[in-house]
Amino acid sequence: MSEGKGISRRTVVKGAAAGAAVGLAGFPFIGRAQADAIRIGHLTPRTGFLGPLGEYAVQAADLAVAEINAAGGVNGRKIELLKEDSVNPQTASTKAERMVERDKVACIVGEISSAAGLTISQVAERTKTLFINTGCNSDELRGKGCKRYMFHIESQNSMYVKTCGRALLAQGLVKGKRWYSLTADYAFGHDLLRVAKRFMASNGGDFAADKLVPTDVTDFSPLLLEIRSSKPDLVISNLAGNQITNFLKQYSEFGLPFPVAGFGFDTAVAWGAGKGNFHGTWPLVWHHLLDTPASKKFVADFTARYNRPPENQAWGDYNAIKLVAQAMAETKSTDSTRLVEHFEKGAKFPLMKTREGYFRKADHQMMHEMYTVQALPVAQIRNQWDIFTPSAAVPGPNESLEVIATQGDEIECRM
Amino acid sequence: MLILQHLLNGLLAGSYYLLIALGLSLIFALGGIVNLAHGAFYAIGAYVAVTIGQHFGFTGAALLSPVLVGLLGLVIERFLFRRFYKADPALSLLLTFGLAMVAEQALRMIFGAPPLSWSIPQELRGQVIVGDFIYPRYRVLILVVAIACVAGLWYLLQRTPFGRVVRAGVQNPDMVGALGIPLEPYMAAVAFLGIGLAGLAGVMLAPIFTIHPAMGAEIITSAFVVVVIGGLGSFWGAVIAALIVGVTKGAVTAAGFPQYSEAAIYLLMLLVLLVRPRGLFGERIRRFE
Repeated sequence: MSEGKGISRRTVVKGAAAGAAVGLAGFPFIGRAQADAIRIGHLTPRTGFLGPLGEYAVQAADLAVAEINAAGGVNGRKIELLKEDSVNPQTASTKAERMVERDKVACIVGEISSAAGLTISQVAERTKTLFINTGCNSDELRGKGCKRYMFHIESQNSMYVKTCGRALLAQGLVKGKRWYSLTADYAFGHDLLRVAKRFMASNGGDFAADKLVPTDVTDFSPLLLEIRSSKPDLVISNLAGNQITNFLKQYSEFGLPFPVAGFGFDTAVAWGAGKGNFHGTWPLVWHHLLDTPASKKFVADFTARYNRPPENQAWGDYNAIKLVAQAMAETKSTDSTRLVEHFEKGAKFPLMKTREGYFRKADHQMMHEMYTVQALPVAQIRNQWDIFTPSAAVPGPNESLEVIATQGDEIECRM
Repeated sequence: MLILQHLLNGLLAGSYYLLIALGLSLIFALGGIVNLAHGAFYAIGAYVAVTIGQHFGFTGAALLSPVLVGLLGLVIERFLFRRFYKADPALSLLLTFGLAMVAEQALRMIFGAPPLSWSIPQELRGQVIVGDFIYPRYRVLILVVAIACVAGLWYLLQRTPFGRVVRAGVQNPDMVGALGIPLEPYMAAVAFLGIGLAGLAGVMLAPIFTIHPAMGAEIITSAFVVVVIGGLGSFWGAVIAALIVGVTKGAVTAAGFPQYSEAAIYLLMLLVLLVRPRGLFGERIRRFE
């Protein structure tokens, strides 16, 4: 008889709940050591809701290292990339520490989650190791959380908001208009909402409502009903990662007539939404249609290697590795403190854009051109990648690169 | 009016969990296996649909993908589940948890981590608008499919010789064996049906949700909450709990707290477990007491 094993339903329920709660652990990716190589630690989320972006980040970092090594390395030394899944803020911190203490990396590059970026920056500051943030957007990291050893190639939320805001102002969607916003309920979203509200208030827009959306919500239908009944002039997404794909698909499913825009965006989430589902106006740090020789070459090389075009996160990690290598060559050093000084002196980097960029000394934010993209109507879409029309670079050619970043009192960084 | 709309929308949303929860409940009732990999089969259903949809269109994918996923379920039942029916449930939990991880990582390795695109077919787009109410036509279709599955499964379990053996097997597998009826083919059939249903849910939800490797992990906890509230192994329990969970989410949203709608269903589960540890409709199954 199979009865009487003494296992109650309660045990099963408890066990299953515990099992479901454990979550997926990351897998380490550690390459073989080379004695004279310059080691760079690459830490970024490869699982979880930011995992899709992390995959582009890793592929782009690999490509950058392969190109540098094929061209003879840096100061005659090859670069060796140590790659890890950052998983969550705690794990990110532990892994950063291990990379610095045990693996003796020259610097750390990567991260997408603002919460994990903060813990990595604490390790970087304590061990005096350079950290280039390639994907965390929150102003907080450049403000109260700024660190001498942390630099940001990823734009801050303020830059995203002001870039997209310009397009919205031009479309007459700000002054006296009612905005309905959906915000990712974690550090990044809260930060973005704060910046977005500041922008609207100073440009005469009104909030119809703002709703916080937990990152594990997949069904937006209740929110779409709310939006429908509130009849806003514009719907704003402060969502993140796969949330945006869910939102876009369901917004299109409900066929709501209000214009859509977002203050945080990644091309991969629009590609994932599918034909006819991508709507609205969105800001980007870079896009694959950018018409400069360096950008076109990057798109061609990346596509040849991975069978799909790169997205903006790939741009961040590729250029971060390239600019670190450039700075190491220019200073003939891998010492973090010397690299920090070099960056602070205003070293210029091409970044595959029309104008060169530089790290602003006040908060270590990269000052560079940004873009907005506008979704193409279905009839004009020719392939699954080219689903939008890009704007000209923001700021314009005659403006300072700093006009879209935080200004004056908004810069809260005290190093 | 909006409140009513939220409640109706919640009912509709309950049907998503239902497709997953029914299979989860069925496999548990017969074999005692809490299939934590059930969400993974949902994800595989979506990925298979996108892959074969390029050749067979939406309808072809909707018909073929659940069958293919069900066949995969047969293989897994034959070579893995079958070894654990009489073992400590903790072991099958470990097995299915591991399977879920393997499946997620396999999807990531084969298809990449970024979401795949897949849309509602043109002829199913559009909305049904009744007065102030709005229903996307596609969600109405999902509801119809869910109702058809419930009805079909009910008929199969309650009105056919097959169902009689399965129900007897749930209550007392040894007695069924003593009567000279081998349970193995029935367990295989139940795994095919239950896992096929998860695949079907994957196909049906792929056009409106993000298709990514971890999509199974997203839905399995909600589906599991439904099964626990309804009572593990109870058919109508799963159906009614799915509706209750849907309506609860709708009500919390209608009250103006969408950010608590997920937390609300866990609170509901907690309350139900406190009052009725067996779940609302959990029958007494002697094997599990």
